[in-house]
Amino acid sequence: MAVARTENPGRSRFLLPIAGLIGLGLCGAGILVLLDRQGGPHLLASIYDLLGNSAGATALRNGSGDQVIAKILLAAIALAVGVGGIWLLFIGVGSLVSLLRPTWRDRILPWVFVGPALALLAVFLVYPAAGTILRSFVDDHGQFTLRNYAVMTDPEFIQILRNNIIWLILGTGGSVLLGLVFAGLFDRIRRESLAKTLVFLPLAISLVGASVIWGFVYAWQPAGQPQIGLLNAIVVGFGGQPIPWLTTSPINVFAEIVIMVWLQTGFAMVVLSAAIKGVSGEIIEAARLDGASERQLFLRVIVPMIRGSIITVATTIAIVTIKIFDIVYVTTGGRFNDDVVANRMFHEIFQFFDDGRGAALATLLFVAVLPVMYINLSNFRRQQRGS
Amino acid sequence: MTAPAQPIVNRRVARFSAWQPRFLRSLPLRLSVLAICAIWTLPTLGLLVTSVRNPLHITTSGWWTALLNPFAPNQWTLSNYQTVISSDGMGNAFINSLIVTLPSTVIPITIAAFAAYAFAWIPFRGRGILFTIVVGLLVVPIQMSLIPILQIYSAGNLYGSFLGIWLAHTGFGLPLAVFLLYNFISQLPRDLFESAAIDGASHLQAFTRIVLPLSVPALGAFAIFQFLWVWNDLLVALVFLGPGAEVRVLPTALFQLIGSRGGSWHLLTAGAFITMVVPLVVFLALQRSFVRGILAGSVKS
Repeated sequence: MAVARTENPGRSRFLLPIAGLIGLGLCGAGILVLLDRQGGPHLLASIYDLLGNSAGATALRNGSGDQVIAKILLAAIALAVGVGGIWLLFIGVGSLVSLLRPTWRDRILPWVFVGPALALLAVFLVYPAAGTILRSFVDDHGQFTLRNYAVMTDPEFIQILRNNIIWLILGTGGSVLLGLVFAGLFDRIRRESLAKTLVFLPLAISLVGASVIWGFVYAWQPAGQPQIGLLNAIVVGFGGQPIPWLTTSPINVFAEIVIMVWLQTGFAMVVLSAAIKGVSGEIIEAARLDGASERQLFLRVIVPMIRGSIITVATTIAIVTIKIFDIVYVTTGGRFNDDVVANRMFHEIFQFFDDGRGAALATLLFVAVLPVMYINLSNFRRQQRGS
Repeated sequence: MTAPAQPIVNRRVARFSAWQPRFLRSLPLRLSVLAICAIWTLPTLGLLVTSVRNPLHITTSGWWTALLNPFAPNQWTLSNYQTVISSDGMGNAFINSLIVTLPSTVIPITIAAFAAYAFAWIPFRGRGILFTIVVGLLVVPIQMSLIPILQIYSAGNLYGSFLGIWLAHTGFGLPLAVFLLYNFISQLPRDLFESAAIDGASHLQAFTRIVLPLSVPALGAFAIFQFLWVWNDLLVALVFLGPGAEVRVLPTALFQLIGSRGGSWHLLTAGAFITMVVPLVVFLALQRSFVRGILAGSVKS
């Protein structure tokens, strides 16, 4: 017994790192396959060669044959590498480090744990952010310039900024206000959870998907033809003229904001509803005894008490609306006086190939988000301390 | 003191308002709730109905007319889905979305969980400052990263590769993941770790045997958030994976469908519904964790 006991940990002490290293090797091979543009078909072709199916292999190499199987093979490799590889990396390196002497182990181990996170953050956020800020202050020849920012005083950019401000005010305000009203209303009905589910559901839908959904609601046909869009059918039903909602300025800005509000209201509602339920019943009873009407109770007692949650919701949605891109990019591309900063930035980089202006616009977004995120995080900390 | 007073209060309120029939009094409330639910549901319902309608009818009558005559001949069809999945490549994009999303969810959570554990329970030099920096990175919009990362990717042949987009999503998701998991893991009782240390458990063992099992709710909540975020993302996919049919994901494919099939609502609606299926199933199956995930991850988006 005693022998077995001392032997077992000893063996696993070496087995685990070795298994880890083998796994890492396999992952390395997998990454090589993934980096090759034709990795899937080529690998499957090699397998077919091994199995003696040379006709299938040739077909694959020529871009035909069992491409679907190659795709699935690639998917399996991708998942094995991406999901399993990261665990192997941590456990393998962690076990190797634990073989070291205690003093060294304690010094190195924390960096094994935080190292990958710090490295990725440095590469994907710190370095690029610094690079983008620097890039926004130089021209194509590396000379210092403020021209990338001076462009923002053009009438065209003034309009973009105006649109962003409308988005910020109406998108955020609309979602928070509706969320608050819905939370208050649904609090008093019997099938509360069903109503909440229906309003919350759009949050699972992508902005692209939502843009298609609402693009169909806004669909327009010339007057006289049957309207297949819900909104224009209603307008025509009441005797009006059909309106091309998404191409008419300035209605289109509001039509796009509606998509956002439709998506975000559910989020605001769920957070605020939870906060309302957290208000103590005694306080509500006391207010009722003092003769407060239901409306007064809601506005003067409940709303002030859930202030922290309202700030959370408002700042969170504000950050989303400041950076809004998908809806404008998908519905109109910002072509009908409805452009916004993030969409313009995308077009500056990928259409006009003006990295300087793109970088300046990105920096503008960054500066705009800063104070909102500051309020959000300090509010979060205050709530944590309070609870 | 308060306990005996409460029933009296309730009875008084009830008697006071009993003069009006209950139903009539709640009618405005019921109607407004009904209207709200209708407004929030109809757009999606319209999409769903149109996606299974015969294309011939779609351009000549509104989708609501189909609901009025559900048994009209040739009203319904699944051919829209067939076309979109095969000839418009949505099927391929669906597989790509899975390939992109699963590792982009698991990798950041794993890396963040290890880091959060170290930040919370392993003392080391520079810990406080590093953690502050990590959380501070929450303010950096993804837009700040696009140009420099794209340059790196072009040089390193990572543009349009799955590895490239996993790494990008991991990097962008990490600040929030570390922040949230730290908030959870640092609240675990200290005794657990002390007794584990006395039993001779290493940090790796403490992490895998204590932290991970206890953190399942937090990990699950963030996983759902990150999954949705990556699945629904257009910007990162567009910039780092690009529009190539081999690698493009569902949002990119749907966007291109709008470009190429602008007026063909039968295909657009079917395509849009394909992009929505997985998130909706996740939503309906895991509603509670879903809500938690959305709430937990809401700082980002």
